[in-house]
Amino acid sequence: MATHLAAPPGKAAPEESGRGAAKVPLRTAVGRYRWLYLMLVPGVAYFVIFKYLPMYGLTIAFQDFLPFLGYSGSPWVGLKHFEELFAGPDFGRLMFNTLLLALLHIVFVFPAPIVVALLLNEVRVSFLKRSVQSLIYIPHFLSWTIVASLTYVLFAADFGVLAGWMRDLLGDTSKIDYMAQEEWFRPLIILQQLWKQTGWGTIIYLAALAGVDPNLYEAARMDGAGRFRQLWHVTLPAIRPTVVVMAILASGNLLDSGFEQIWLMTTSLNRSVADVFDTYVYYAGITQGAISYSTAVGLFKGVAGVILIFGSNWLAKRLGQRGLF
Amino acid sequence: MATITKTKKAGLPVGNEAGLGSRVFDTLNVIVLVGLAAITVLPLLYVLAGSFAGEAEISSRPFFLWPEKFVTESYEYIFATPTFLRALLTTVVVTAVGVVVQVLLTFTMAYPLAKRYLPGRTLVLNLVIFTMVFSGGMIPTYLVVRDLGLLDSYWALILPLAINPFYLIIVKSFFQELPQALEEAARIDGCNEMGVFFKIVLPLSKPIIATFSLFYAVGIWNDYMSPLLYINDPGKWTLQILVRQLTSTDAANALAQMDRTWVPPEQGLKFAVVVIATLPILLFYPFLQKHFAKGVLLGGVKE
Repeated sequence: MATHLAAPPGKAAPEESGRGAAKVPLRTAVGRYRWLYLMLVPGVAYFVIFKYLPMYGLTIAFQDFLPFLGYSGSPWVGLKHFEELFAGPDFGRLMFNTLLLALLHIVFVFPAPIVVALLLNEVRVSFLKRSVQSLIYIPHFLSWTIVASLTYVLFAADFGVLAGWMRDLLGDTSKIDYMAQEEWFRPLIILQQLWKQTGWGTIIYLAALAGVDPNLYEAARMDGAGRFRQLWHVTLPAIRPTVVVMAILASGNLLDSGFEQIWLMTTSLNRSVADVFDTYVYYAGITQGAISYSTAVGLFKGVAGVILIFGSNWLAKRLGQRGLF
Repeated sequence: MATITKTKKAGLPVGNEAGLGSRVFDTLNVIVLVGLAAITVLPLLYVLAGSFAGEAEISSRPFFLWPEKFVTESYEYIFATPTFLRALLTTVVVTAVGVVVQVLLTFTMAYPLAKRYLPGRTLVLNLVIFTMVFSGGMIPTYLVVRDLGLLDSYWALILPLAINPFYLIIVKSFFQELPQALEEAARIDGCNEMGVFFKIVLPLSKPIIATFSLFYAVGIWNDYMSPLLYINDPGKWTLQILVRQLTSTDAANALAQMDRTWVPPEQGLKFAVVVIATLPILLFYPFLQKHFAKGVLLGGVKE
């Protein structure tokens, strides 16, 4: 960005010979660029209505919101709903479930595309490489309802294929209802994420790998490096910036457990391990009607997410990486 | 992906290092990757095969990719059920209209934002980027949609998702790469910005329009949260809601609410519903694949 702004306006917009963006009065600018501004109107309207109005709507987290009194008329209650959340019985459980899923995600799901991209990168038969790539992208295009249905079909206690194999494997004759058992909830969630996201995630790393200067490999080979040394000393350092950027982006979503996936996998029997902030907001706000309270929960989650993303960006910079901002 | 393959070929030498360890690794690597591809695809093929199999076969055979006896009763039932047909039609129409709205809004907004000389552009961009970091969240957004009178309206499935900020930024970067000379020529010939956009820029953008049409279509087609939040009327269900009703909850219950009394083989029906909700998207995928990799890569480039 910085370079664009620093460029002389005449160069950035040759058709505006001479004057360009050089501090024209607003009215002149609007006149001269009226078509461009006109084109901006629908998009800006979208962001105002569907993104910034809801941000204004967050004020109801500090009110006892009554729809007929509206945003300005409802009584202000300060931090009441936040106190209710933090002191309430659900908070510890929600925090634990959310953070544990996030931790499992970091450990198992985040590195998977990197590993697969590295493996794909080593394949020399381009037909094989392209075929595998095309196939592992597919699940990205399926909805969570489909993924949940597939899980159900494969793990159903009475006819599920995988349930049957697990039974044979464990030498167990009893039928386990995987969708209902608390201890299977997290493994299934992580398996689903791995299956759905891994292939798609490799695209960005493969791009980074393709950008590595071939001369570096040449030089490493001259120095006697075998394939594994080349991987360690050339390939991995080369994709480190990409990994850092992806990690920062992911950190902002740490508390985003992914509403659809979790909601679809929640049953009345696994609630105690399945409840996370995302689904709790829906449950409390939409089905229970606690509008102000659930808005407070959502706001807490949003603010924590912003802190996490800026925090990890700061950390990345401290560690000598480029960071996002 | 072609470019990647080409560069890699130049990057990784062939033949130079035929050490045993290296060859063992290559073999294992291929096995692992083919295994991954199999894990990805086999569940889908199983469901496809199961949707054409009889109930007895599904419960007796553990795993198969080709039904012993080919039956289509699940599909016949589905396509004779008004609830299902309505959901399918709804989803098709909402997706089609939605993609047009989304692509039009995204591309018209991205174009002026790509003009570096436009005063105020940075402010708008920053406001857009801020929404990628922080949002009002589910409940305040729900209230806005409700106050606009969009509950139980199909527009609630389209308008709140009209512009994806990530896509907007990618399209903007794409526009910045377009040759300026063409636009200038058009302007000299008397086109205003709007004319340049519709007559010159959009025709040049066909591949990227195709890419983002697919991305947006996938988004709307697969969306479960919006209909869950905003649609209460069962007559306006979308496919994804129906899939959920049929496969995950008590299917018999859901079926009883449907318009016919005959209850078909349950598992086969679930399989068939999954196939129908998946197939349309996957049919487009091969045609657009060569474009979307490029689109994603553009998105990976930091502005």
